Amino acid sequence: MLDAVSHFPTLPAGPGVGYKPQHFTAILDDPRPVEWLEIHAENYMGDGGRPLAQLRHLAEQFPISVHGVGLSIGGEGRLDPDHLSRLRYLCDWLQPASFSEHLAWSTHDSHFLNDLLPLPYTGETLTRVADHIDALQETIGRKMLLENPSSYLAFDESTYSETEFLTEVARRTGCGLLLDVNNVFVSATNLDLDPRAYIDAFPLAQVGEIHLGGHDEDHDDHGAPLLIDSHGREVADPVWALLDHTLARAGARPLLIEWDSDVPDWHVLAAEAQRAANALQQVPA
Amino acid sequence: MSPTQTVFHRALLDGSAPIPDGLSDGQGRAAGRRFDVYRNNVAVSLTEALEVGFPAIRSLIGPENFKKVAGLYLRQHPPSTPMIMQYGTEFPDFLERFAPLSHLRYLGDVARLEQAQREAYHAADRAPVEADRLERLSPDLMAQARLELAPALRVLRSPWPVHGIWRYACDGGAPKPSAVAEDVLITRPEFDPVVQLLPPGGAVFVTALLSAQSLSDAVDAALGEAQDFDLAGMLSLLLTGRAITAIFPPKEQAT
Repeated sequence: MLDAVSHFPTLPAGPGVGYKPQHFTAILDDPRPVEWLEIHAENYMGDGGRPLAQLRHLAEQFPISVHGVGLSIGGEGRLDPDHLSRLRYLCDWLQPASFSEHLAWSTHDSHFLNDLLPLPYTGETLTRVADHIDALQETIGRKMLLENPSSYLAFDESTYSETEFLTEVARRTGCGLLLDVNNVFVSATNLDLDPRAYIDAFPLAQVGEIHLGGHDEDHDDHGAPLLIDSHGREVADPVWALLDHTLARAGARPLLIEWDSDVPDWHVLAAEAQRAANALQQVPA
Repeated sequence: MSPTQTVFHRALLDGSAPIPDGLSDGQGRAAGRRFDVYRNNVAVSLTEALEVGFPAIRSLIGPENFKKVAGLYLRQHPPSTPMIMQYGTEFPDFLERFAPLSHLRYLGDVARLEQAQREAYHAADRAPVEADRLERLSPDLMAQARLELAPALRVLRSPWPVHGIWRYACDGGAPKPSAVAEDVLITRPEFDPVVQLLPPGGAVFVTALLSAQSLSDAVDAALGEAQDFDLAGMLSLLLTGRAITAIFPPKEQAT
């Protein structure tokens, strides 16, 4: 077992970014205004080499959020015990300031599909998701944050709204929530819902972190707008407006910029983080 | 009823399968191409994972062909773990069996080389021995010693000029490969794997060390294949690759 390297028990209510290895030197040189970093858990499950060396180094200087993208909490089958063990090992040695995962599934029949797939919101799926979160929280010995997905379609069978479903999962399991404001905007546009009403119905007291990212625009078969959660560009203006609406109700929270494809130079990402810092500064203390 | 994840899963990987029932746009209209967003996410993300893992194969067959081959592979061999850094373990065998590329019979070994590079990149860290440790042993002790090699070390034997083809694929300015069998050594001196051509007998020598044979037995094995096997040159290759991580004298051999 490696020594625990992090000494930051919580994420600060300031701007963070999703860490990309190509920014390692720039971050060490001048991280401003970024106060914390988020990593995808699965990228740091190798046995050694540069990824782990960089992470150990960064964790000495920055609070780290571990964000899992592969546990398949919404999956019909049981959670993969090997993957649970890998998550526990990572959390044990790194002692991250936060751990989060998604309301989605990605593994079925031992095939990992590398996407965050949707599930219906019913009594049955609620029980399954809550059981999986209980199992995870027991394994890693800490509370997790569960993130709202971006949706491109709806299930006829759903009997809960997404906010009702997340409220109930958090109540049953004690987990916190990760509110992705871009996902809210994407889902609301795609399913013709009011994004502000979604925020107003969201259990904001449970929110331990907020995500922001860029999306692409497309259209469905009927010419209706279909937004794609691509994380490949700047955060769109209406999403920043929705963030202001959210922060005015929730107060300041750890605020992350995600940029995962067509990753830009550090100064572009730092400028997005500065915009997040500005939004946080407008929040009454 | 909602589609089960079995139905959803099958339709994701099979573009000709009907879109599952029970999915809509939120206003009662069938989901239609909205489902294709998920199909596309799966195919694009896994294709990108293969492009990252196998850049030389992509260069050898061309980016458009690579996308087509990746699309077939990912449907037959979806990842079996969320550690996407490992995705593609069956890709070398798949390429060898793939009839439309059967005229490029070396592709499997080039893919194995790239897979080995990726394994080396993520392998466990292990501090190397100091370079003069071996020299300070008496000739007798040295002959009977066993060497522990770094977890990142990989050896690949090929009937093809795999090193030359790989180098040519990565760098168009590299010399054209010559038609000889080549063996390759991969070491990781710090964080970046180094791919090198092994001299005659080198692969046999390193393989013998990996199976815990003594240095003299490994040399005998190498000489059996190449009478001009150069031990000093080979040890220097391993030492500069920081690939020797422990030297066990004979008395410890039994433990």
